[in-house]
Amino acid sequence: MKKNDSVKQFLIILFFIILCLIIVIPLIVVISVSLSSEKDIAVNGYCLFPRLFDLSAYRYVFLNQTEIINAYKVTFIFSMLTMILAVLLMSMIAYPLSRSNFKSKRFVAFYLYFTTLFGGGLVPSYILITQYLHLNDTIWVYIIPYLITPWYIFMIRTFFQNIPNEIIESMLIDGAIEYTIYYKIMLPLSKPVLATVALFVFLGKWNDWMTSMLYINQDKYISLQYLLQRIMKNIELLRDTNSGTVQMMASMDIPAETVRMAMAVVVAGPVLVIFPFFQKYFTKGLTVGSVKG
Amino acid sequence: MNAQFEYNQSVKIKKKWNLSEQFQHWSLCIMPMLLVFVFCYIPMGGIIIAFKDYRYDQGIFGSRWVGLNNIKFFFESSEFFRITWNTISMNILFIFVGILCAVVVAILLFELKHRITTMAFQTIMITPHFLSWVIVSYMVYAFLNPEYGILNRTLQLAGIGKIDWYSKPELWPGILLISFIWKNVGMDSILYYATLMGIDSSLFEAAYLDGANEWQKARYITFPCLIPIITLLTILKIGSIFRADFGLFYQIPRDVGALYQTTDVIDTYIFRNLRTLGNIGMSSAVGLLQSLVGFVLVMITNHLSKKIDPDGGLF
Repeated sequence: MKKNDSVKQFLIILFFIILCLIIVIPLIVVISVSLSSEKDIAVNGYCLFPRLFDLSAYRYVFLNQTEIINAYKVTFIFSMLTMILAVLLMSMIAYPLSRSNFKSKRFVAFYLYFTTLFGGGLVPSYILITQYLHLNDTIWVYIIPYLITPWYIFMIRTFFQNIPNEIIESMLIDGAIEYTIYYKIMLPLSKPVLATVALFVFLGKWNDWMTSMLYINQDKYISLQYLLQRIMKNIELLRDTNSGTVQMMASMDIPAETVRMAMAVVVAGPVLVIFPFFQKYFTKGLTVGSVKG
Repeated sequence: MNAQFEYNQSVKIKKKWNLSEQFQHWSLCIMPMLLVFVFCYIPMGGIIIAFKDYRYDQGIFGSRWVGLNNIKFFFESSEFFRITWNTISMNILFIFVGILCAVVVAILLFELKHRITTMAFQTIMITPHFLSWVIVSYMVYAFLNPEYGILNRTLQLAGIGKIDWYSKPELWPGILLISFIWKNVGMDSILYYATLMGIDSSLFEAAYLDGANEWQKARYITFPCLIPIITLLTILKIGSIFRADFGLFYQIPRDVGALYQTTDVIDTYIFRNLRTLGNIGMSSAVGLLQSLVGFVLVMITNHLSKKIDPDGGLF
């Protein structure tokens, strides 16, 4: 029995090691290509490990591409701003929804919930933002339309509801008003769920390419992900129009394949670095918050 | 006497605050509700664009009414069948294969006894969920690149020869499915894993004492505990079967026209008509249909899931 058990454990661990390898290998390929030399790629193709270690792609990215540094700045600013404002606003509305003495609770919850069931779709929003609000080609278009996500509100509300009512009662007896309870009790006690939501919002914005694609025409406001997408397209375009271009670029010593992958690493890097540190928080936040509205 | 006085006093204070309590609550709600109104409710009114010949210079109210023409054009177009079929068939594939993989992963994770190993595997498996589809498209490209890609190099070494992946639409349902599973399996398995963790461990102990083997434990404890949540999630996902993951279908095939036959879905079609072709009438008509059908489906599936489990519905 005992022996049987350890064999089973071993097989399961083996299964997960293989699965994790499958998940990690694409990442390794991208990193390894970014660290290879262009000529090596041209001869041997992409590889799991770099044959010749070469940092020239990164040098090229950071020295020659003012575009990417600018996009980095823009993306970081709007991601941070959205994160702060979104957590603030969503916790603000989650608070009354969590209190039993708010009379219009049901109405407000339904008001939020209905938007997840039915929506106008892409075209009306597009026309509203470009023709009426004139948010296109500003940094606000990345922020304002994305501040409220009903699911996150319900997640925060559920967490608020689980905070013992006695704390609130005793604060009320001491003469606190609702604002004080929200600010002094709810926010500090709800750090796990607020951190989870903040991380989700931040990463969601960091990975945002669609807003740029839809609303931004000026290069100085495009986001990192969209820049990445465009680079992929541009190189393809060059290749399609003139099949000699890639060889030409290689002979001119402008790395194309490796730079592309280096860009992908630079863009994905922060996510891969930040994320494991938050994991502890958000499995908690997720399982607590996976309760319907 | 004194106590009585104090009591009255506190009631009075409470009464006075009762008014301003509601005010305080509303004041916290008002900004978020305003944003939702502008960015969710106003666009709902915008669905009338589907019944108009929208022109930028004339605005929504100035444009000519065309009745159901936009919708009629869509139904008559050759793309109607293609994008509907692609959306539904790919979503069904994603739902069933996705849930199957996530459940298997969750059960095996649950069987792992070592906590730290479990955490490590989980972290690695969740990570892809937080990468954007743009990054994933680079990875897919690294495998499928016709000249340098790993798959073609391997195939050449094996003597099979190159495959031009980006011009073979019949291969793409599989590629998209693999990308989808790769990105989502870890995240999706969390919910099932949490459900398994919630099972009362005394059930397993009792089964062990009664001499149940692994299969019997799975058959009589694990599966029955998972089936309600699996049914629920399947039904809820069927509710959004007309919505495709735009990032997946736009970025992974890299919007290559040769692949539209199997990769063009409702959401990419709407986008292309809006931004590339400038055909707003068509785009908004399809968007309206998607919203309406989606709404009806969600209502039906929610009703069904409530029948299965009274607490099960979304609302």
